Amino acid sequence: MIKEELKHYLEQTFPNSKVDETFDFPVLFITKEELIPVMKQLRDAPETKFNFLFCETAVDRNPEFEMVYHLSSTYYHHDMMVKVVLEDRENPVIESVYSLWEAADLYEDEIYDLFGIRFTNHPNLRRIFLTEEWVGYPLRKDYQDDRIISL
Amino acid sequence: MENPIVTPSELKTEEFVVNIGPQHPATHGVLRVEATLDGEIIKDVLPHLGYIHRGIEKMTESLGYKQSIFLTSRMDYLSAHINNHVCALAIEKAAQIEVPARAKAIRIIMDELQRLTSHELWWGSCAMDIGAVTPFFLAFRDRERILELFEQNTGNRLTMSYIIPGGVMNDVRPDFVPKLKALIKSIKEYRKEYDQLITGNFIFQHRTQGIGILSKEQAISLGCTGPTARASGLSCDIRKLYPYDGYEKLDFKEVIDYGCDNWARYVVRMEEMNQSIHIIEQLLDNLPTGDYRTKLKGVLKLPAGEYYQRVESARGELGVYIVSDGGAKPYRMKFRTPCYSNLGAVKPISVGMKIADLMANMATIDLVIPDMDR
Repeated sequence: MIKEELKHYLEQTFPNSKVDETFDFPVLFITKEELIPVMKQLRDAPETKFNFLFCETAVDRNPEFEMVYHLSSTYYHHDMMVKVVLEDRENPVIESVYSLWEAADLYEDEIYDLFGIRFTNHPNLRRIFLTEEWVGYPLRKDYQDDRIISL
Repeated sequence: MENPIVTPSELKTEEFVVNIGPQHPATHGVLRVEATLDGEIIKDVLPHLGYIHRGIEKMTESLGYKQSIFLTSRMDYLSAHINNHVCALAIEKAAQIEVPARAKAIRIIMDELQRLTSHELWWGSCAMDIGAVTPFFLAFRDRERILELFEQNTGNRLTMSYIIPGGVMNDVRPDFVPKLKALIKSIKEYRKEYDQLITGNFIFQHRTQGIGILSKEQAISLGCTGPTARASGLSCDIRKLYPYDGYEKLDFKEVIDYGCDNWARYVVRMEEMNQSIHIIEQLLDNLPTGDYRTKLKGVLKLPAGEYYQRVESARGELGVYIVSDGGAKPYRMKFRTPCYSNLGAVKPISVGMKIADLMANMATIDLVIPDMDR
């Protein structure tokens, strides 16, 4: 499906969710409770078959976090984005999508390391780049480090 | 066997952990792999990253869009042109900048030459990981000639930062086309040596065939792209699926193999080198004339919004996800690097194999550590 068709399809299929679009992809906004059922539906429905999670990341929209899932289909070669807003800045938690895509293992390690978002049901959540003792989460907008020198 | 001193069921083995790296030649950089072994059999593989983490995504947030290009060269240093290309394309798409035809052709030539250098280096190091030393010297000899051409035309050998938003940094030198023609001719001669030395080698074939099986379903689930996934029968060539800068006008094949093993990944990369040569040959004789770049303002601002652009790097799908708030600096810039996703495949294809096969598996997946760590 092309972008407009896909947007229309998402509006029909998920009437309670907000559907938006970026320059490239349609975007579906969902709550963190419905993450796994919606993702499973998108992956398995014969119309969409979004079976390829090619990018998973987070954006710090101070004060809330935005989880961004980029999905693609190896059958139809269409793409979309799913966004989940996490409002709890002190203790952001979301379910892992590892049960649907094994790729989430490494992606979520990175997000945990750099944003401090914790994932439940993740097989091995660890700080993959930084040390376990590292203070703070560098990709947060309010991250402070005395060692950063600005010219 | 009638009166054995100990029966096989009484024999007990103990699992033990071997640290491979971070300073190990077979990890091609500073990757540490924690392998749990039972005798020689691999039970678990856990990669540890971060030895070369520079926080490139954080750094881009305090730099302008044009400046970010220079950081991308440092991610996958073996395909620096392609890294610059993805960043330039994303910025051009967002700011709606037209690129001259000459710049597009030069970009594709440089991309494909870069893919050749990358695959040549991979060929040498892959053979060395499996135990052959000579290919490494041959690969470096041939790669050096392409790097010389890069140096003459772009000023740098490894981190070129040549492809910038609006076109390329400077025009190619007047003797670029004749030199490249001579180079292509000699590369074709060298390619025969590669096949004589390694492809037909009985030992090499036995070390790779049927080893490191990555099924298509696993490749999809793990988010693998590039030659790693194409060797498992997954069609994922961005140049074909989402063409950019005129790839749709060129004649080339997407190389797919259904072998799923190390040998298939080897065959796919070797054939991709031929396809790259084929692409360059089509562009050489009719290189468009005209401008090599569009003049841009000093400070570039992108309209607020989100942009995603992908290209086919030497290792797979390289994507950049830009979140812009309308200012002169990116609000967030995320690089979806192919090696980071492909790294996930090391464990499933290695468990149950011998420790020596782990080296072959990591070699054919073609990991570049700065590309994962960023």
